[in-house]
Amino acid sequence: MSLTDVLDVAGLVCLLLGAMLCVAASVGLLRFPDLLTRMHAGTKPQVLGVLLVILGVGLRTRSGLDVGMLVLIGVFQLLTIPAGAHMVGRAGFRTGQIAPTDIHLGRSSGAQHDST
Amino acid sequence: MSVDSIETVLTWIIGGLLALSAFLTLIRVTIGPSVLDRVVASDTMVSIVVCALGAYAALTEAWTTLPLLISLSLVGFMGSVAVARFVARDRDTPFIPPAPDRLEDDPRSLGRGATRAPQPGGRTGGAS
Repeated sequence: MSLTDVLDVAGLVCLLLGAMLCVAASVGLLRFPDLLTRMHAGTKPQVLGVLLVILGVGLRTRSGLDVGMLVLIGVFQLLTIPAGAHMVGRAGFRTGQIAPTDIHLGRSSGAQHDST
Repeated sequence: MSVDSIETVLTWIIGGLLALSAFLTLIRVTIGPSVLDRVVASDTMVSIVVCALGAYAALTEAWTTLPLLISLSLVGFMGSVAVARFVARDRDTPFIPPAPDRLEDDPRSLGRGATRAPQPGGRTGGAS
């Protein structure tokens, strides 16, 4: 086992973890009941899964140009995902798909905390 | 156990997991009750495609896939933004009050229209 083999296997393990995150996100998309919880489940592979896959690819390329492109991929993912998630959440709030009792902004309302 | 056998086994495992996740996400795209659920599932599908292309590039040493991944990560969110803008036009869709068991009697609650019934005649066009 040379250093190259160790890096290859480490990259494969990162790819495997990314694939497992994708499976977890899809199961969460199927099982969760609400729009906000589905958004919470669905944005897991968009950040952590893609970053793990990028790390795995970078551990297997070991060349400067490809690592630069992978860093660009990660930066673009981290820049564009919050914009889309914000737009989807705002659309869900404005079309009445989010119950107002689910939103807590720190103001202490006198109502009892319902256990729904 | 050599590195080649480890690579073969992990290749099949990664491919199977990605195929399973894509299938389950496609189920949610199909049966999603609202448009926004389908949009969220479609975003997840785009990220799964990015993961799959990265895994393909890493396993077969086809490094020409990486510019494709850059373009996907740039334009993947535009579809969801477009659909969200289409769904939630300002003052075009009436507020749907939540279920009666979720109503809150506190007038300081953040639900717009949750404490009063929606006006049947004409909408109150106010700046949001």
